[in-house]
Amino acid sequence: MNLSLLIIVPLILAVAGLLVNSQKQVKGIALASGIAQLVLAFWLAISFMLQRKSAVSEFLFQQHFEWFRHLNIGYHIGVDGISVTMILLTAFIVLAGILVSWNVKRMSKEYFFLMQVLAIGAYGFFISLDLFTLFFFLELAVVPKFMLIGIWGSGKKEYSAMKLALMLMAASALVFVGITGLYFFSTTHGVHDFNLLTVADHPLPTDKQKIFFPFVFIGFGIFTALFPFHTWVPDGHSSAPTAASMFLAGISMKLGGYGCLRVAVYLMPAGAQFYSNAIIVLACIAILYGALVTMMQTDLKYINAYSSVSHCGFVLLGIGILTKTAINGAVLQMISHGLMTALFFAVIGMIYERTHTREVSKMGGLLKIMPFISTLFVLVGLCSLGLPGLSGFVAEVTILVGSWQRVGAYYQWATIIAAASIVVTAVYILRATAKVIMGPLKINNSLGEAALAQLDGRPAANWNERAAVYLLAGGIIAMGIAPFLVTDFIYPATDFILQQLSFK
Amino acid sequence: MKNQLIILLIPLLPLLGFVLLGLLGKNYLKKSAGIIATMLLLASAILSIIVAGQYFFDYGKAFDVYVKLIAWEIHWLGFTNQLSINIGVLLDPISVIMLVVVTFISLMVHIFSLGYMKGETRFATYYAYLGLFTFSMLGLVLAPNLFQMYMFWELVGISSYLLIGFYFQKPSAVAAAKKAFIVTRFADFGFLIGIIMLSYFGNSLDFITVIQNLSQPQSPAFISAAAPMFLGCSGLTWALTLIFMGGAGKSAMFPLHVWLPDAMEGPTPVSALIHAATMVVAGVFLVARLFPLYVFNGASLQIVLFVGLLSSFIAAVIACTQTDVKRILAYSTMSQIGYMMLALGVSGSSGEASLGFTAGMFHLFTHAFFKSLLFLCAGVIIHVVHSNNMNEMGGLRKQLPLTHAAFLIACLAISGIPPFAGFFSKEEILLAAYQKSKGVYLLALLTSGLTAFYMFRLYFSVFWNKPAQVSQSHATTPVSMKIPLALLLVCTVVAGFISFGSYVSADGRALASHFHLSFSLLPVAVALTGIFLAMWMYKSASGKADAMAKSMKVLYRLAHNKFYIDELYHFITQRIIFNMLGKNAERMDRKFVDGAVNELAASTMDVSKSIKHLQSGKIQQYLLFFFGGIALLLLMFIYLWK
Repeated sequence: MNLSLLIIVPLILAVAGLLVNSQKQVKGIALASGIAQLVLAFWLAISFMLQRKSAVSEFLFQQHFEWFRHLNIGYHIGVDGISVTMILLTAFIVLAGILVSWNVKRMSKEYFFLMQVLAIGAYGFFISLDLFTLFFFLELAVVPKFMLIGIWGSGKKEYSAMKLALMLMAASALVFVGITGLYFFSTTHGVHDFNLLTVADHPLPTDKQKIFFPFVFIGFGIFTALFPFHTWVPDGHSSAPTAASMFLAGISMKLGGYGCLRVAVYLMPAGAQFYSNAIIVLACIAILYGALVTMMQTDLKYINAYSSVSHCGFVLLGIGILTKTAINGAVLQMISHGLMTALFFAVIGMIYERTHTREVSKMGGLLKIMPFISTLFVLVGLCSLGLPGLSGFVAEVTILVGSWQRVGAYYQWATIIAAASIVVTAVYILRATAKVIMGPLKINNSLGEAALAQLDGRPAANWNERAAVYLLAGGIIAMGIAPFLVTDFIYPATDFILQQLSFK
Repeated sequence: MKNQLIILLIPLLPLLGFVLLGLLGKNYLKKSAGIIATMLLLASAILSIIVAGQYFFDYGKAFDVYVKLIAWEIHWLGFTNQLSINIGVLLDPISVIMLVVVTFISLMVHIFSLGYMKGETRFATYYAYLGLFTFSMLGLVLAPNLFQMYMFWELVGISSYLLIGFYFQKPSAVAAAKKAFIVTRFADFGFLIGIIMLSYFGNSLDFITVIQNLSQPQSPAFISAAAPMFLGCSGLTWALTLIFMGGAGKSAMFPLHVWLPDAMEGPTPVSALIHAATMVVAGVFLVARLFPLYVFNGASLQIVLFVGLLSSFIAAVIACTQTDVKRILAYSTMSQIGYMMLALGVSGSSGEASLGFTAGMFHLFTHAFFKSLLFLCAGVIIHVVHSNNMNEMGGLRKQLPLTHAAFLIACLAISGIPPFAGFFSKEEILLAAYQKSKGVYLLALLTSGLTAFYMFRLYFSVFWNKPAQVSQSHATTPVSMKIPLALLLVCTVVAGFISFGSYVSADGRALASHFHLSFSLLPVAVALTGIFLAMWMYKSASGKADAMAKSMKVLYRLAHNKFYIDELYHFITQRIIFNMLGKNAERMDRKFVDGAVNELAASTMDVSKSIKHLQSGKIQQYLLFFFGGIALLLLMFIYLWK
């Protein structure tokens, strides 16, 4: 299939959404766009599977247009198994995000436009095979977040929007330095190239890799909540509107993980090996420390945000360990965490719309009045604590098995520390569940009588909310029951990364 | 194999019940939920009996040895070429026996709950959870792969969590559910690491391959596993000990037993199913599943023996001082599971020496019947009296004749009085212990006496002691609650006569029955002593019990407060994990990590603030800067010119 469709179709529909006037039409077009993206993503996945058997290269459906000839910048796109799964993930979350934003009243035209720009940035990022376009799309995905939080957010939204934008911009700057390094120090017969495949074939000399690896890795690491640069995560998520939180945690943080793998590890394998131990330390801190901090949070969004730090630590651990199993696990964890955390934010948003609070202590026994939403809360909580049969288990276990395989007591202790988080995760998930979902009924005291009566009127979920959560919950259950649906895409693709690592 | 479909249906039917009732139960199947679930389980139970018959009498034997058969298997999640999680079905004597026990007890509980849970608003949900539990437990016992076992292990944990917290508006139930899950999760952390280690050494996750690879002293896998790893113990010892930690958590062994008594907050039939007969024996099953490795690695088997012995004794002592009917039964469960562990711990690998293995599994089998019977009786009693407290009961033998008979026989069985089921299995355990070590035997014998004492303390307090105070209207028991009692009663009477050793043994070969009249005299005498002591103290209301408690003041207080283990855990979790680790981590994140970011932003602001005064908007000032700049440039220019 033509990969550019992934950018063109949402772009046309996003612009179309700006041209119509009634709110109904705006929402209709946004929904159509979300569905179109999901269809395209599935189409891509199926045609990828069909073509891969006969293909030679790992990247399929390549297209190459020269853009800026003097610097060898091109619009070069193509996908491998990992990017296909990321695109699928993005499409799931975009559609779910559009569905949960159904009730956005204020400036809805601009809102949906920005969301789609963000999605276009993500798709473009995942299909880019040119470092420059990759960076371009990365930036495209950052800017809308600032506005989404700053305009439609809640709480201390200006502070959070600014903090998030500045930290991510700083991250982009680091990435840019790294990319420039890759460009200038990878030479083919004296010619510099931004093309990712060319750079992979002619890697940097080892000493240069050691210099530029940290730039790229930390840059992308900030996107995926690398300790100690994770503090944009809780503030950003908690101030963002529901759909933006979903995008942020479900898509943006994956840009980082994917970038670490595709740019940092794939292009600078020697650097990856050199810094492996340091990455593992940071990842283990993020995992356990993130879980401990989560335990002390009292706001549902903060709980999920900090638990994202912990879960994304697993992604970084998998990448840092550098065994095939661990890298597979890292990709699985990205998908699992994306679906799970998006669902969690959707559920938190639904609870917030009804109770007007996210404080754990102000709620209780919600199972009695909102059984559907509460059941989903429990489901996603169980996914977070790694219950088999849901996606989280598959990913975390793969990473843990993979990290034990790397020989050496250092890596085994890392495995044990990371595994210890499953206990802490259980503690914070069950504490939140016990307080919010179970126990005697208690709802926000500051809600007036009128609001309570209204609450009784619509405790159940609306059709759009139902559709959104079915989509995401279906994803985590399908991946949990039949992981081979996803692993078939990922495993052959990681082989290429591993080959790169063994050549150095 | 030709019976694949039948075997797969056994776990899948309860799963179907879970999905069906979970999705449609609330709106469409509210009334019929119980019947649907019970019918599905009935089919499942019949199928397991068919499978058991076929396995034991048809295809299970090869050259007089019962073999492990992989009846069905798919590749589920691959890690490397050798390591992968396969989902499948493993048939061998212990899994087949467990299949029968789980489906049968679950069926009894399903039937019992038809009456017990009638009128409950979340009736369909209750049956959905029961279905989930039964499915998970069956998946656990049939697992051919370490990770499959771990997966279903977690799933039974979560079903247990959901069922303990079934009355979700009761804070104590919620707390108990949480506690049960977190304590077992902590144990599972060890289990998980143990699995990863074992699979690393054994280069496989399949039980059959792992056992094969690690039980040959010459193989390179074994040599690397037996090398000292950490704190002087070999990797294999660590792996097996950590796996046992998981088993100890699930089976409520000391010191991870604290969740079991609290778990009694769940509906009583659930306690009968999960916390007496099936889930809590998963740890015993786990050790039995990996038994060749434990036997081969003596150190880890010593730990199993020690923990089992200690748990059985401590639980028996605590049970003597409790007054909550269900908690007494919970401690007694813990004590009996300790017995099973002890039996495995004293066993050898094959032949006569492996009597302990057979005895342990036999006790698991018989215990399932009489303990679930005891719990269901307790359910009837609580249903009638509306209280859990033993001291508020008395004289119930006239109102509840069937329950009385069932309770009495179950108490005799658990005390080891012939000819009831418990006698045979207990006698084998004691014999195995005697052959291994006299000290173990004596402590086990003492525990056996204590068991008889506290069980009859309970029996006399509930059925004799004071005259009954229950009004007649409450005292009707529905038929659906009577049927399971009667069926389990029959099993309790006859289960002991099965020649268990010819079906289940450590090496698959038939083991001859070990019934020695002369040996069993002493244990029976000890049990009778316990019974008469209880009768003397509790048959009629008197001050004897209080006087006795007073005379052993310190010991009594220690046991009554469960040796303060709960308080110890509370200290660790609240003071150390929350206050020391959690709070400081949170503070550090706020003050230092985030503080650094904010500080950076603030100092940037400060710098720009201090230089913004240059842009004052005053023309004169700008002119000054302008000419000053020109003068400076001129100077530079001149300087460079020269």
